[in-house]
Amino acid sequence: MRKALLAASTALLLAAGPAAAQQKTIKIGFVSTFSGPTAVIGNDMRNSFELALDHMGRKMGGIPVEVIYEDDGQKPDVGKQKTEKLIESDKVDFIAGYIWSNVLLASLKPIVDSKTFLVISNAGPSQVAGEMCSPTVFSTSWNNDQTPQAMGTYMNQKGVKSVFLIGPNYAAGKDMLAGVASTFKGKVIGQELTTWPSQLDFSAELAKAKASGAEAVFVFYPGAAGVQFLNQYAAAGLKGTIPLYTAFTIDELSLPLQKENAIGVPGAQEWVNDLPNEQNKKFVADYRKKYTGLRPTYYGAQSYDAAQLINSAVVLTKGKLDDKVAVQKAMEKADFKSVRGGFKFGPNHVPIQNFYLQDVVKDADGQLSLKTVATIVKDNQDIHFSKCSMK
Amino acid sequence: MTLFIEQCLNGLQFGLLLFLLAAGLTLVFGIMDLVNLAHGSLYMIGAYFAATFAAWTGSFVLGAVLALVATLLVGMVVEVVAMRRLYGRDHIDHVLATFGLILFFDESVRLIWGPAGLSLPLPPWLSQPVQILPGVFYSGYRLAIIVVTLLVAGFLYVLVMRTRIGMLIRAGASNREMVGALGVNIKLLYTLVFGLGAALAGFAGLMQAPILTVQIGMGENIVILAFVITVIGGVGSIRGALVAAIFVGFIDTLGRAFFPDLLRMILSKEAAATAAPALSSMLIYLLMAIVLVVKPEGLFSAGQK
Repeated sequence: MRKALLAASTALLLAAGPAAAQQKTIKIGFVSTFSGPTAVIGNDMRNSFELALDHMGRKMGGIPVEVIYEDDGQKPDVGKQKTEKLIESDKVDFIAGYIWSNVLLASLKPIVDSKTFLVISNAGPSQVAGEMCSPTVFSTSWNNDQTPQAMGTYMNQKGVKSVFLIGPNYAAGKDMLAGVASTFKGKVIGQELTTWPSQLDFSAELAKAKASGAEAVFVFYPGAAGVQFLNQYAAAGLKGTIPLYTAFTIDELSLPLQKENAIGVPGAQEWVNDLPNEQNKKFVADYRKKYTGLRPTYYGAQSYDAAQLINSAVVLTKGKLDDKVAVQKAMEKADFKSVRGGFKFGPNHVPIQNFYLQDVVKDADGQLSLKTVATIVKDNQDIHFSKCSMK
Repeated sequence: MTLFIEQCLNGLQFGLLLFLLAAGLTLVFGIMDLVNLAHGSLYMIGAYFAATFAAWTGSFVLGAVLALVATLLVGMVVEVVAMRRLYGRDHIDHVLATFGLILFFDESVRLIWGPAGLSLPLPPWLSQPVQILPGVFYSGYRLAIIVVTLLVAGFLYVLVMRTRIGMLIRAGASNREMVGALGVNIKLLYTLVFGLGAALAGFAGLMQAPILTVQIGMGENIVILAFVITVIGGVGSIRGALVAAIFVGFIDTLGRAFFPDLLRMILSKEAAATAAPALSSMLIYLLMAIVLVVKPEGLFSAGQK
């Protein structure tokens, strides 16, 4: 019996051996948050990435794709460990994902040192667009300050004279508040940074904003914190008295919880579900078909584009991923149909793109949803690219 | 000045809410000598129950009452099934077992309600801002929290100081063995006390739910503050928990509100903006350290062991 088993397993090994050597797979590591209160964001990114793979027949350039999803738990140290595991033990060809700027900054060094190709599908710390840019690092999202800069421009258009800024105290929060302050022509009366991610009661900050006499409030709170902020804004009696302007605070994940409190609160975004291009229509329709009851967000759209970007590079290089320079050149071409319409990279591998004004409306099904109202800025490039030397 | 009044109310509201959480914790810790890390999970369960029942019944108040009863029952079941096996064991065993309970509750909630979280909408009569002084408006719901928690504090005072059960609870906090030796059904008392603690935690959770979202892990940060309050107030002392909770609420809120401005006078604007949130969240722990140095048994110690 034992001998038979041994013989059988040897036969299996022999059979599997040559096959493995012939058939190369494209290995992609995907780091995001899949546990804790912000797991819904990670799930949306994974859903969209999986949908993109479905659309490609789960092959890139004829080669099967294997994706390893890793959970960073929204913690920089965990994110770094998981990234190192993907590089050293899984030996992945590409890494994608990252929601949080602080997690990305902690994980960046091992990726850059090992020359693994990275496609960031959300986080956009200003350092990565500037002095810490790298030939193997690409972004399908934005730099942190671009979206709030667009919001600042919109506030100028609305004739707002003074603003109070509130955001979380971590890499992205600081970038966001600096971003809105850089384009806003009126006076920034006050600014509050709150403990992130633990602080969820904003009563002290809201009272200060009210007492400051500012004409408007700008806020950046991604995920569940955005729900809490909008609810407390309404409960404190500020909604309707002080107009609120946002970035990354209202999306398809938070809207079902924010409900009426989000109506009439404008936001800036580079992708909205109703952008009129074929790829986007397909993405949104198939997402809603595959994941019943769910709607894709910009996090998902960026992850969908990340899968497409990787695919385009594999196709252009015919799967020869060892030639790093060729892969880099192929990725820089960004030869794919983005759900945003056109897609092109700046010299620092951050997209040059439009930013839209989005508003909350009731759609045909009577459900609250986001709608594009106007284009705030066209072909916007981040302000850090000149600091990027691409070595 | 109106800003100061408003921030004081915020501090009072937060402190009283923390009191609800800490009162249950200090009772369980003091009487049953049980370190219950899963207290925050009961807070979360209370919020989830309230959101579910309020959606079913269509009434916020009815949902809250049902949630309170349900959390009480969950607490008593947890005591009978899990906690009973831990009495008389080492504190390390308590920590391990109740940490396991946290994971159990988090995963159960994920299975039952999903990972996305719920919202508990307020009825219109509670969501209106109220004029407290001429020209000063304050969130009506936060005001309601202050009133209701003060009522609960009064109820607890009467329960603990004026009733037979309260007498047994106090006796249990001072000397557990003697109470048992005198023929009191200590098992039943423990189940009741644990259920009461759970209901208080659940009550805190459901009161906080409309302000925050109902989500997995919502109790984990706030339970740390409840432990700090238990230490400052003295283990087993309800009065200590009340005083310490109000202290902590005020320090946390006023620290967040005015500390950055103070810091801005000494430091540069950027340094102050970055350091202030970190430093003001440290103030509470500083208070705890000072209390531990000056009065290691807490401000109001329930009994000598």
